[in-house]
Amino acid sequence: METRMLNVKINGRDYQVPDGTTILKAAREYAKIDVPTLCYLEGISEEGACAICVVEVKGARNLQRACVVKVSESMEVWTNTSRVREARKLNVELLLANHPKDCFTCEKSQICDLRELASELGVREVEFPRTRTELLPLDNTSLSLVRDPNKCVLCRRCVNVCAKVQSVYAIDIMGRGSNSTVSTFLDEGLGNVECVNCGQCLLVCPTGAITERSEIPDVWKALGNPDKVVVVETAPAVRVAIGEEFGMPDGTQATGKMAAALRSLGFDKVFDTDFSADLTIMEEGFELIGRIKNGGVLPLITSCSPGWVKFAETFFPKVLDHVSTCKSPQQMFGTVTKTYWAEKMGIDPRKIVVVSVMPCTAKKFEKERPEMKTAFHYWQEKLGLKDEEAFKDVDCVLTTREAAQMIREAGIDFTNLPDEDFDKPLGESTGAAVIFGATGGVMEAALRTAYEVLTKKSLAKLDFGDVRGLEGIKTADVDIDGTILKVAVANGLGNARVLMEQVQKGESPYHFIEIMCCPGGCLGGGGQPISDNPDIKQKRAEAIYKEDAGKPIRKSHENPEIKDIYKDFLGEPNSEKAHHLLHTEYCDRSCK
Amino acid sequence: MIRNQLLVCAGGACITSGEKSVKDVLVDELKKNGIEDEVQVIETGCMGACDLGPIVVVYPEGTFYQKVTVKNAGLIVNEHLVKGRTVSELLYTEPTSEKQARTSGDIPFYTRQVKRVLRNCGSIDPLSIEEYIARDGYFALGKALEMTPDDIIQVLVDSGLRGRGGAGFPTGLKWKATREATGSPKYVVCNGDEGDPGAFMDRSVLEGDPHSIIEAMAIAGYAIGAEQGYMYVRAEYPLAIERFEYAIGKAREYGFLGRNILNAGFNFDIEIRIGAGAFVCGEETALLRSIEGKRGMPSIKPPFPAQSGLWNKPTLINNVETYANIPQIITNGAEWFRSVGSAKSPGTKVFALAGMVQNTGLVEVPMGTTLRELVFDIGGGIPGGKKFKAAQTGGPSGGVITADYLDMPIDFDTVKEIGTIMGSGGLIVLDESSCMVDVAKFYLGFTVDESCGKCTPCREGTRQMYQMMERICDGKGHDGDIEKLTKLANVIRDTSLCGLGQSAPNPVLSTIRFYEDEYRAHIYEKKCPSHVCKHLLTYTVTSDKCVGCTACARQCPVHAITGEVKKIHLIDQSKCTKCGSCYEICRFGAIRKE
Repeated sequence: METRMLNVKINGRDYQVPDGTTILKAAREYAKIDVPTLCYLEGISEEGACAICVVEVKGARNLQRACVVKVSESMEVWTNTSRVREARKLNVELLLANHPKDCFTCEKSQICDLRELASELGVREVEFPRTRTELLPLDNTSLSLVRDPNKCVLCRRCVNVCAKVQSVYAIDIMGRGSNSTVSTFLDEGLGNVECVNCGQCLLVCPTGAITERSEIPDVWKALGNPDKVVVVETAPAVRVAIGEEFGMPDGTQATGKMAAALRSLGFDKVFDTDFSADLTIMEEGFELIGRIKNGGVLPLITSCSPGWVKFAETFFPKVLDHVSTCKSPQQMFGTVTKTYWAEKMGIDPRKIVVVSVMPCTAKKFEKERPEMKTAFHYWQEKLGLKDEEAFKDVDCVLTTREAAQMIREAGIDFTNLPDEDFDKPLGESTGAAVIFGATGGVMEAALRTAYEVLTKKSLAKLDFGDVRGLEGIKTADVDIDGTILKVAVANGLGNARVLMEQVQKGESPYHFIEIMCCPGGCLGGGGQPISDNPDIKQKRAEAIYKEDAGKPIRKSHENPEIKDIYKDFLGEPNSEKAHHLLHTEYCDRSCK
Repeated sequence: MIRNQLLVCAGGACITSGEKSVKDVLVDELKKNGIEDEVQVIETGCMGACDLGPIVVVYPEGTFYQKVTVKNAGLIVNEHLVKGRTVSELLYTEPTSEKQARTSGDIPFYTRQVKRVLRNCGSIDPLSIEEYIARDGYFALGKALEMTPDDIIQVLVDSGLRGRGGAGFPTGLKWKATREATGSPKYVVCNGDEGDPGAFMDRSVLEGDPHSIIEAMAIAGYAIGAEQGYMYVRAEYPLAIERFEYAIGKAREYGFLGRNILNAGFNFDIEIRIGAGAFVCGEETALLRSIEGKRGMPSIKPPFPAQSGLWNKPTLINNVETYANIPQIITNGAEWFRSVGSAKSPGTKVFALAGMVQNTGLVEVPMGTTLRELVFDIGGGIPGGKKFKAAQTGGPSGGVITADYLDMPIDFDTVKEIGTIMGSGGLIVLDESSCMVDVAKFYLGFTVDESCGKCTPCREGTRQMYQMMERICDGKGHDGDIEKLTKLANVIRDTSLCGLGQSAPNPVLSTIRFYEDEYRAHIYEKKCPSHVCKHLLTYTVTSDKCVGCTACARQCPVHAITGEVKKIHLIDQSKCTKCGSCYEICRFGAIRKE
């Protein structure tokens, strides 16, 4: 059915827009006039709460909210009258009255929507006093995120993204009127509720009210300690986004500059999480093959994404046996560094500090999980270590943003650095590992290996187009030498929930499911640079697949370093030693 | 054989003034005299004359006994019922003519009213469906089920009935829109979240005549094509909830609710949903969210509930008083309905008369009645010989009607023209001792507390306005405040998301419009002309009246008063906290408050 076109007059000029178009969209896309917004996020937060996008509509008694009011036939809209300007400005002033004026030290000051809005609207003074008398306490309960309710402007973007995109519902409005705050169940704090630490709320927050729990001071401290061997690992999605922090075009592959910058920061070794991504594929691929061959629990579901893992533990604890026992690449990396590499290099594992740079805030939570101390247990007997000396497999997690901040603090001219390589031996990786950073990437990487292992044939075409792209749920039937493998890929927990409900009901038709917590996968992670480009995920994905295509080796099982680690240390995939070091277990976090 | 009936008003005010114990005494005395089988005691809904309570009416004579207490209730049995003698000490005496009234028909408070919505309140036992049926109850439902839905809606359109919740939207058009909306199922909702301070019209109907609402909702269900209704009533109305719940049970028993009602093949039932006490839940979109079990917060209209309401389905939502009109319109026709009221606002309106007026209570008058009739003829005027100053209508969303407009006929449109609203019918009379700045501050404080917090102008703006009003009342106002208040008020009105925010500045704008001089006195002269705002008062000793009794000095909590026995006392203004205790204690009128 063809959409009806409506006539609309915007600021005196005629336009035709399809039926159902909001005034905001009509103004921005058709009339090329920006109507400022604050609480609006297309498709996610469309509540008209902030009252900034108001416009005059002929015949309407009150100003109308452009973000939610749809164009009707022959509507006349005025976006730039004094009545409109005054109302917008005054509403911004009302928000600023209670907003802390600490822009100098605020983490978000350079990218604060509220500050930008005030500047755009020409707010030069706030004629209203502060009405909130007391400062509200910070929510410091989470291992990943910090919330400062004093900076919150109650736009509800975080609430909506948590509920509508992630279906986690960890935060909502509490209290009434000017006492309302965004909070958690019974004000328990993010760390004590169902929050999965994904940080999507942080990405959409227009102010500095939600930030990551910074580990920059810990990392500086380690780097400054001559007794420590500080190694860094970088996740696949970081290299295609970190350039944005330095003004490089969206979707720049900055792998070499990133390695150079980290080395310049003083890391003793600059390694690549991609190495352990390949290792994950070996372990998870063989787990899948094993489950298929031996009639194990299917579908098998990936476990790389710690936000997703906590989601499963919280909302689907009865079907945790579907989740792969493989640790995430970050955690495999930590373990391997402090066992295999330490042994190989003859370094006391207690001296090693593993820092990972991640596109993710949930990784900060993951590294603190009590079971993530495998290397310590490995050494405990050999070195006669006491329990209180227990060290973590991964010591510090920096988000992409934090890593960039350290590079800035060190005065490194990132964009003009000559490219450098990762250090060996934990720096070699394949195209299969690189694509871990995009939704569908783990699936594609696993399929490349599973196909060749199962069929003992070489894959003619390495690209599995059906599992690529940013759609929420993708499915494919993969023909493995006559056997059909049914696979599904979900990104964003709202989509994961759909697939998991099938699994819980025993109705899932799939053999293998990849789930990534964040929309778009890791490239859209909560630790990534905050961008106002609506196509940013697409840009980063393109860069990732370009990196994959340019890699000489594109299948995990062909990575020579992977071959070495199995030959010299682990034996074979899913061996007892591999199980001991590279696999983990889950717990029921549902409220009982 | 029943020879007499005792109607005991069991409205909220009468219950508070001891109705339950009075009733117990009546029942006991009847037993003592062995006439409990001859005299029936019936608790009714609110009879309206709240400050005359507890009220007992003896039928068939209709003798109206007021201010009955536990001590004198026995007289009604022992004198009136046993000996046939009227208890004259319990009759009402009209203050101006000093004539005793025997029945409510002799009391001006009642004679000037036209009871349609309240026709059964105070006349029947709300727990008895038979009594409701005896008053033509459920006749309209039967008649409606023989009509087509379109004909029913046409009658409503013709009647000109407008929503009694406050906005005055034509009810017939609302029904029509809901009937024509696509989507299934459809729902009928009754808004019983009466939240304006001092208003209790809806509560009285729910407590006194619950079947009229059930009947109306069933008619609505048939007319728009819904099988499920929800009565949303606030938790603060436990008696209304109890009686309505009971009435639903009875209606089901009698086949007026449930499946195949009156064999017409029509199914309809009602469930009660109890609100948790948020004023904003009286806003229809917030109310619907609350029924859904979500946080009661308004959403943008359109879509209107008629298109997308409860669970995104077409929903008809009207308030209690609106529904209470429906059965009679169906029974008697549109012309009958239009026979009272004004052309654009036909019918009657129930007001909760309160404040500085002799007769407070619930009154129902034709639309277009003047404020003078309401305040002076029905309300009995202002007590203590004080002058009428203004009437506040529409609660926290409304404004004031000043003495200049005493003779203006009150209906939806006329009040709007002078900057206030009809609202749900709260009418608070203010006399010359009221400070209009203080009154506006009070109402604004109410909306600040009741704002849901969703949109910026209402959440932040009303709070800022309130603080400015506080400043002004505390004597800290400064030049430009009136302009700043007005500017802020206009933006809040223009950009708030729902009716609560859009109307929140009304009390301030309305009082600035009519009483700017009072604002100016507060701001520029640091004076409160009505001597209400504590911080603007000055207490001084009048030298020619002070006898030097030292009472004030001893009473002053901050020792601001000095003076020796039999010498004129002096108040140290720098110490005075304006508590007023000297003013209260002085027997010689020597303390001046200004």
